[in-house]
Amino acid sequence: MYAVRQWSVRHARGLNAFYRGFESALVALHPLWKRLGYQRLERPVAAVERSLKGLLFDCRMCGQCILSSTGMSCPMNCPKNLRNGPCGGVRANGHCEVRPEMKCVWTDAVAGSARIPGGMDALRQVQVAVDRRLQGRSSWLRVVRQRVGEI
Amino acid sequence: MIFEDEPVPGYPLPILPGHTSPGRLERVLRAGQFVVTSELAPPDSADPEDVYRRARIFDGQVDAINATDGSGANCHMSSLAVCALLTRVGYAPVMQISCRDKNRIAIQGDILGGAAMGVCNLLCLTGDGVQAGDHPQALPVFDLDSMTLLETARTLRDEHHFLSGRKITYAPRVLLGAAENPFAKPFEWRAQRLAKKVAAGAQFIQTQFCYDVSLLKTFMRQVEELGLLDKVFILVGVGPLRSAKSAEWIRTHVPGVHIPDEIIRRLAGASDAALEGRKLCIDLIQEIRTVKGVHGVHVMAYRQEETVAEIIERSGVLGGRVPWYPGRDPQANTNRMAS
Repeated sequence: MYAVRQWSVRHARGLNAFYRGFESALVALHPLWKRLGYQRLERPVAAVERSLKGLLFDCRMCGQCILSSTGMSCPMNCPKNLRNGPCGGVRANGHCEVRPEMKCVWTDAVAGSARIPGGMDALRQVQVAVDRRLQGRSSWLRVVRQRVGEI
Repeated sequence: MIFEDEPVPGYPLPILPGHTSPGRLERVLRAGQFVVTSELAPPDSADPEDVYRRARIFDGQVDAINATDGSGANCHMSSLAVCALLTRVGYAPVMQISCRDKNRIAIQGDILGGAAMGVCNLLCLTGDGVQAGDHPQALPVFDLDSMTLLETARTLRDEHHFLSGRKITYAPRVLLGAAENPFAKPFEWRAQRLAKKVAAGAQFIQTQFCYDVSLLKTFMRQVEELGLLDKVFILVGVGPLRSAKSAEWIRTHVPGVHIPDEIIRRLAGASDAALEGRKLCIDLIQEIRTVKGVHGVHVMAYRQEETVAEIIERSGVLGGRVPWYPGRDPQANTNRMAS
């Protein structure tokens, strides 16, 4: 929901701090996830992720979340799917070229990143091209497996 | 400017040390000249002569010609085909690639194909949304964005493989360009975004239309503070406005174009608005030229391309230099062809 999404950007700092703790807990529980089986967990975890992040960020489930690098403004809500900054078409009022009723996802991302410690540095990183195979899959489980070196 | 090793039209120049392309645009930029580029509106036609006619009107005034890729999300002859026609006779095109209509498979194929046909310069763009053009029903692709497109092109050129990792046997020797819009929000982020583009591989930049030099100066100061001035060649976008009414239309309908009220007033107050528009363009070019870090101008005169030559000539920015065009040095070319 648009209003909630805007709220999330305003509270980027707190949400990012919460996520850091949440991610560490998920990583600590890796042995448990492994015993249950990542394959089996994929669908239920993706469903939880979809509803929670859907509510907070209008998450599109790209499966390779970079919210911490974009000030808690989901770049997949950009009609051009831009993950590396705003296009040149941002309107004078800071709204989107394609959907004039919506604030540019990237003007939000810059504002949100300024609230997160180290957020502006994260914003400066060049993001690689999206892997479209991950669409609909859980980003959380993927992050845990990356952190423990499984993938 | 005549290069000693100027080849037969359509043939690549030797690549000098430190250069990445066999093209004239890179030669002129690195020689420190004030560069002029312009934009060819691709025809709604399959007649090659339509392309050549549109290119010829720039003869002797521009160093490179941009071939737009469905600009404004409108359908025209493809940029790849326009470039192929232009290189046949020796023109130096800048092949624009937009992410709107093609996925990474098609784009990488086009980069190889373009380079094979003599394209030495690429301009990597995100592209306008489909809603802006004449086919709003179309599927917007946006598989890559301008940044990942730059990285893709650089990977092909410098690492000699596709994004998949599969090797290519002969890399595209190209100069990589990108666009920037210093005149759109978020202003504080625009120079940072330029830095990101340079990090992703951009060697030259062509900006959106500049009608506000003070905004440009602020932007260029930020670019300088980020230490980018010697890392990228910046060509500032300019163009003549036809009337106050058309300026008003452009600023409300064309995404990302900022035209201050005083410009509209100046046009409205003129007895011949079109003439005033050209004069304004010349004034802007002369002012932009003095801004530190600017290496040239990119003249976009949509549907009034015939005015470009006059504008460049009257601005005096070429300082007597005559950029190459087919037939500029008939003697030299004949000699080389004979040898």
